[in-house]
Parts: sequence; structure tokens; C-alpha cells
Amino acid sequence: MAVRVQAEPFDLGAESTAFAAGLRRAGAVVTFTGLVRDNGGALQAMEIEHYPGMTERAIAAMVDEAVTRWSLEDALVIHRYGRLGPQDQIMMVATAAPHRGDAFAAAEFLMDYLKSRAPFWKKELAADGSAWVAAKDEDEAALKRW
Amino acid sequence: MVLDVLYFAWVRERIGLGRERVETTAATVADLVAELSAREERYALAFADLKSLRVALDQDLAEFSAPLAGVREVAFFPPMTGG
Repeated sequence: MAVRVQAEPFDLGAESTAFAAGLRRAGAVVTFTGLVRDNGGALQAMEIEHYPGMTERAIAAMVDEAVTRWSLEDALVIHRYGRLGPQDQIMMVATAAPHRGDAFAAAEFLMDYLKSRAPFWKKELAADGSAWVAAKDEDEAALKRW
Repeated sequence: MVLDVLYFAWVRERIGLGRERVETTAATVADLVAELSAREERYALAFADLKSLRVALDQDLAEFSAPLAGVREVAFFPPMTGG
């Protein structure tokens, strides 16, 4: 189990390969990667702020719960902060389980919780100004299915 | 008691600082919010709509009705947008 909160970019291929390499009883690995989306084509950068200390703690608690609920063999969360450009990788989740159903479910659970319960805040910077990304009601509602 | 009070995202921008030490006798988070809001306009503006705010006590999410006894760090921020 690993949680990394970092400013630096990560290598998705290398991380995925390393994650899968040490597994013994997993038959399934699911990885998800979140990118900086540029809806209108005007985005210059995204700034991600976080709460050092609480961030690592909150994510570790989610990972622990996911590992217990879906009997994961391993799980990895990498989340970046700082200034990112359009299409940059923001974060990744990897889960490993004996069967794919559990690996998919655990990855979705982690994504839903990271959205609304990990202390990150995104600000979009465009030529005509900047704005904090507002939390969506459906993101909060998504937690109810778990 | 003396608390470390932290502000993030637009709460930090509105108040104009990310962290401060606050000497207070507030019994609950709501009391602390009232105390800060009475201090200056920028606090009152930041705390105008508590429904759009979240609070963490010693790095765990909490309610505005939560007691402050034994707490060292209070953080105010908007709903989180991770992932």
C-alpha cells in the first residue's frame, strides 16, 4: 500500500509496471489516471492546493478501507499538487485483487472518495481570469453508493 | 486556549492569510466562527455561508457544532475537489 502526494510528474507506465511486478495472488490490476481537462480550450494552467498532513492521512484511511472491503492485494494512490498544464496527469489509482470485479470496485470507491474527501482544491487559470473549481452535488451523491 | 487556525482555497484568499494563531475561549467551532467574523469584515465575508464551508479539527472532518476542547488545529475550507 502506498500513498504519494507530490508536486513532480509521475511516469504512468513505470508506476503501473512496478505496481504489478510484486504481486503474488492477484489476477487483476486496475489503474485509473486523472488528467487536467480543458473544456473550452482556454485553460492555461490548473493550480492544485492541498492540506499537507491531512491529505496523506485522509487518503491512507480510504486506502485502508478499500483494502479491507475488497480484499485487495495492493493499492497505490499518487496525487499531484501545484501548477499543472492542460492534459497533464493529476493523479493515479491502482488496485490489485484476485478478480477484476473487486479491483474495479475498489478503484471506483477510491476515486469517489478522493473527489470529495481528500483535501485538494483546484483553481483554473485562463486568459480571462481564474476560478476555483466548485464541488459538484453528484460527486457528493456518488459517496452514497458505498 | 491557543489554536492554530488554517485557511485554504478561496477562504484563504478572502481572509488574506493561510494560517494564524488564535487565542480564544470559544467552546465550539461555531463559536470560533462567530468570534472571528466579529473581528473584521474579511472574516465575516469568508464565513458568510457556512453551508459552503467545511471544517477539520486536528485534520479530521468535523461539524460546526463540534466542541474545541483538546483541539490544537482548526482548518476551514470549501468542499474538496480532488481526483
